[in-house]
Amino acid sequence: MVGAGTGAKKTTTGGAEVVKSGSGFSTMLKLKLKLKTKQQELLLRVSILCLVYVLAFVTRLFSVLRYESMIHEFDPYFNYRTTLYLTEKGFYEFWNWFDSDSWYPLGRIIGGTLYPGLMVTAAVIYWLLRLLSFAVHIREVCVLTAPFFASNTTIVAYFFGKEIWDSGAGLVAAALIAICPGYISRSVAGSYDNEGVAIFALLFTFYLFVKAVNTGSLAWALASAFGYFYMVSAWGGYVFIINLIPLYVLVLLVTGRYSMRLYVAYNSMYVVGMLLAMQIRFVGFQHVQSGEHMAAMGVFFLMQVFYMLDWVKYLLSDTKLFQAFLRITVTTALAVGAIALGLGTASGYISPWTGRFYSLLDPTYAKDHIPIIASVSEHQPTAWSSFMFDFHILLFLFPAGLYFCFKRLSDATIFIVMYGLTSMYFAGVMVRLILVATPAVCLISAIAVSATIKNLTLVARARNNNKVTHSGSLKGSTSSSKASSKASLDQSQPIQRNGAIALLLGAFYLLSKYATHCTWVTSEAYSSPSIVLAARGAHGNRVIFDDYREAYFWLRQNTPQDAKVMSWWDYGYQITAMGNRTVIVDNNTWNNTHIATVGRAMSSYEDEAYEIMRSLDVDYVLVVFGGVTGYSSDDINKFLWMVRIGGGVFPVIKEPDYLVNGEYRVDKGAAPKMLNCLMYKLSYYRFGELTTEYGKPPGYDRARGVEIGNKDIKLEYLEEAFTTSNWIVRIYKVKPPNNRW
Amino acid sequence: MSKLLIFLTLIPLLPILTTSFSPENPSSRRVLVLLDDLALKSSHSVFFNSLQSRGFDLDFKLADDPKIGLHRYGQYLYDALILFCPTTERFGGSIDLAAILDFVDSGHDLIIAADSNASDLIREIATESGVDFDEDPAALVIDHISYAVSNTEGDHTLIASDEYIKSDVILGSKKIEAPVLFQGIGHSLNPSNSLVLKVLSASPSAYSSNPKSKLSNPPSLTGSAISLVSIVQARNNARILISGSLSMFSNRFFRSEVQKAGSPTKHEKSGNEQFLTELSKWVFHERGHLKAMNVRHHKAGEADEPTIYRVNDDLEYSVEIYEWSGTSWEPYVADDVQVQFYMMSPYVLKNLSTDKKGSYFTAFKVPDVYGVFQFKVEYRRLGYTSLSLSKQIPVRPFKHNEYERFIPAAYPYYGAAFSMMTGFFIFTAVHLYSK
Repeated sequence: MVGAGTGAKKTTTGGAEVVKSGSGFSTMLKLKLKLKTKQQELLLRVSILCLVYVLAFVTRLFSVLRYESMIHEFDPYFNYRTTLYLTEKGFYEFWNWFDSDSWYPLGRIIGGTLYPGLMVTAAVIYWLLRLLSFAVHIREVCVLTAPFFASNTTIVAYFFGKEIWDSGAGLVAAALIAICPGYISRSVAGSYDNEGVAIFALLFTFYLFVKAVNTGSLAWALASAFGYFYMVSAWGGYVFIINLIPLYVLVLLVTGRYSMRLYVAYNSMYVVGMLLAMQIRFVGFQHVQSGEHMAAMGVFFLMQVFYMLDWVKYLLSDTKLFQAFLRITVTTALAVGAIALGLGTASGYISPWTGRFYSLLDPTYAKDHIPIIASVSEHQPTAWSSFMFDFHILLFLFPAGLYFCFKRLSDATIFIVMYGLTSMYFAGVMVRLILVATPAVCLISAIAVSATIKNLTLVARARNNNKVTHSGSLKGSTSSSKASSKASLDQSQPIQRNGAIALLLGAFYLLSKYATHCTWVTSEAYSSPSIVLAARGAHGNRVIFDDYREAYFWLRQNTPQDAKVMSWWDYGYQITAMGNRTVIVDNNTWNNTHIATVGRAMSSYEDEAYEIMRSLDVDYVLVVFGGVTGYSSDDINKFLWMVRIGGGVFPVIKEPDYLVNGEYRVDKGAAPKMLNCLMYKLSYYRFGELTTEYGKPPGYDRARGVEIGNKDIKLEYLEEAFTTSNWIVRIYKVKPPNNRW
Repeated sequence: MSKLLIFLTLIPLLPILTTSFSPENPSSRRVLVLLDDLALKSSHSVFFNSLQSRGFDLDFKLADDPKIGLHRYGQYLYDALILFCPTTERFGGSIDLAAILDFVDSGHDLIIAADSNASDLIREIATESGVDFDEDPAALVIDHISYAVSNTEGDHTLIASDEYIKSDVILGSKKIEAPVLFQGIGHSLNPSNSLVLKVLSASPSAYSSNPKSKLSNPPSLTGSAISLVSIVQARNNARILISGSLSMFSNRFFRSEVQKAGSPTKHEKSGNEQFLTELSKWVFHERGHLKAMNVRHHKAGEADEPTIYRVNDDLEYSVEIYEWSGTSWEPYVADDVQVQFYMMSPYVLKNLSTDKKGSYFTAFKVPDVYGVFQFKVEYRRLGYTSLSLSKQIPVRPFKHNEYERFIPAAYPYYGAAFSMMTGFFIFTAVHLYSK
């Protein structure tokens, strides 16, 4: 593990040094290969990009080396299951798939409620490899899809950086994004989730759009529309694109940067992109019917008004007349727009904003209104520490980069500034959106790094240039003619030069620290599959808890084919994918009432819960319990959310009943309802007999560090069916009704 | 040596052992009768003879016989159990309370007759079956109005009751003319048990108390809340008969003449024989036993059962229901069998029509709702075994190519799109090449 870590580290710092100390290397190359400067530069760039490409891939393989080639977490299991179905049954079966194994008895139309981009991508890669006679298993393809797309993202980042600043910034951006923890957290091998391909699609769409705005070319705009289509097919985060781009266009319009290039780029991208996006079943007509997409449409019409105004201005020579016309037109346009929006909303044709969207704009919204959104761990507000953890020095480079962007304002830099600022705001609201902010932060930081280092090297090399010749034969690949003229203006003084060298060394130190940090974070924090848990034993050895899979395989092999398993929604996807059994609720939290029913069953007394379970035909109940191992993200710790979500729909469940003086506890002082509710009973059944830790009384809960309050638990309507070796997963069978009663 | 003997005697029994209670022949065949005293065998011989004449194989044992057992090698030795041992505190052999309850829970039938000073064991079995005997051990059911007139002016504990349950299935179609004689303890039904039924009820003037002592406190059981004979049909269709009187099964009561107090008619013979014989037929599944089989469903016009339906499909559902006549399976004829198409609540609820040959069928349209549905037949009628059939079937929405390809209402839009395309083409051509 240490070897792999340092290996990756080495590569990274090497790559970074190559970028900066390119000139020394280039002289060597030049001497040996006698290449022209342009060719040298190309060769360097290509080789650096290749290294970064490989680096981005290998740094994400820790999890495979540590554990095994497996799918991680919760949602990826659903994606894996659907991909498997796609490869086995073909696209049309997948598209029309009605899944009766989840959300019993409601079922789920899989084809119409997912973003198929990821599955189709993996299936295409799989079929391609098969075509080339590589006998791979679909699981391997799924495991490695995210790292592969992360590598592709680095290439896009390079071109994007080149588009907004210069190729140096592009190279730095590629290197930064390759190892940035904010991105790695969602794209390690095995993390087979939509975000894995969506960040690539997001950045690619933005890049193509900026390119289209810069060139005014219809081809680039169309390409960007197709990029947008891919993004829509892959992730719900496309809403960010369809709101950011209009916002950007609006800003350009307001700042008087309206141009024909912008007109062509936006209109063709919007119209074609919208039509393409409608082909995704899950999105459907949302582009014309949902409030979240109305900004784009409004800006689209505004563009037409602008175009007409331009034309009228061209026709009218009288400025006064034009001013009057302008006033009338703008007022009418705004009025018509407002009336249309008002009518659409009032008549229900335009749906209002969804809860998730609201909670982005108002971070306290979900907490007050939709507990199910607030309960998801990745929807929590971001802590400062996680910014530091995920961005490290980029957090400081980001403002510096913004400064450079503002100094050299162009259409492209305005875009990246807006992308950076909005996504940083969203990253602060929801912890998962750090992912969206990562490319922007990397790009802007890359501008800061590249510009600073370029200036510093120029200062450092200025005397050399003066000394030798002014012809600039040694002028490195990184300095453009403009910068060199600037440099020659700065008549260097020794003190300046030494300062520059010191600063350069400092920059290298920081960048290598960044590389170290990223590798460490990747290896320690983001490479755990979370379905297999690892802990350090008493002697420092690694202990593996494989309880989840043990339980799911037990379900698969020991329960009837049509058994229905009730658990909290977190485990739904895993039970269907690994246990192959029907679940009541799963991670696709589309039906709040159904989840609330399960929450209610878990927080009721056993006899009331039995009625609910009978009405849902539940055969088995699965709970996750960490009291023996000290695993803290178990159901008891999630229990208050079950109470809240259950109470949100069924007012008989009241949160204060489970608390003592506002305090949540499971020991002797716990609330009586807490001590007798189903979740407590199922978690702690027979736990009172067990001594978990030396020197502690029996029934000592290691996850919460207390002795439990109810050690004598009797189950009347359920019976224990299976408990895994470390007690992490406990499965209970629901008894049939009493024969004689 | 004795073990060897048992083994040898068991060998000829083996074929009998293997033909235990089967769905093909639901009537109990081998019955274990546990007695307090072997004298009961002769004093209650009429009842036993009627059982034997109907083909039952009775095995009389003393309740404290150390060799008795209900099952051996995982097989039940008997199909039914008759407990005529009200005073037994402990059974011999391997039989205890739990064994008897297991026996019932695995689908076997049980007749319990208690009496005054019934033992705790018998009371517990009754309690587990949903009835509670009067807790006072000396109490008897007393009725000063509808008592049976007898030669000796007694204490009115011999009751003549004619308040039967109104069910032809349980008591047979022939009306029981004479009242039934009863002398013993009363019981009440546990209100939380939904399966227990009162077959013979006490009159409103009855009460339960010790006839020898003065009535100081109001009696705990009074009026028609007192049940004299009750039956339970468990969820697995095991049947239990509970009586508070052992003597009502006796030859003496069977043959005695009866006159209800205040009634001018004097019957030559009490109703006990007819009542208990008919009731035992019911308990031993000679009547009221239904079976359902061959549940089939398919799309209209097809024969094979699909794995999934589409919304708005037309389907046909059929099931066959037969009744056991005691010797063979006869078609069951009724017009109130219903099928539900159920997902959390019934979306379709239809009466099944029958061809009077046992087959029930209907056809309906799948509702326009997708999900995992169940075909449910919940048939519960007084006296009959409850039928509870459910078959799961998912219902999917339309596939992408199952919608209509061209909708007339959309023709203007098609026209608009194509005219726009041609218009654009012509405009471009004119614009580019007109000069």
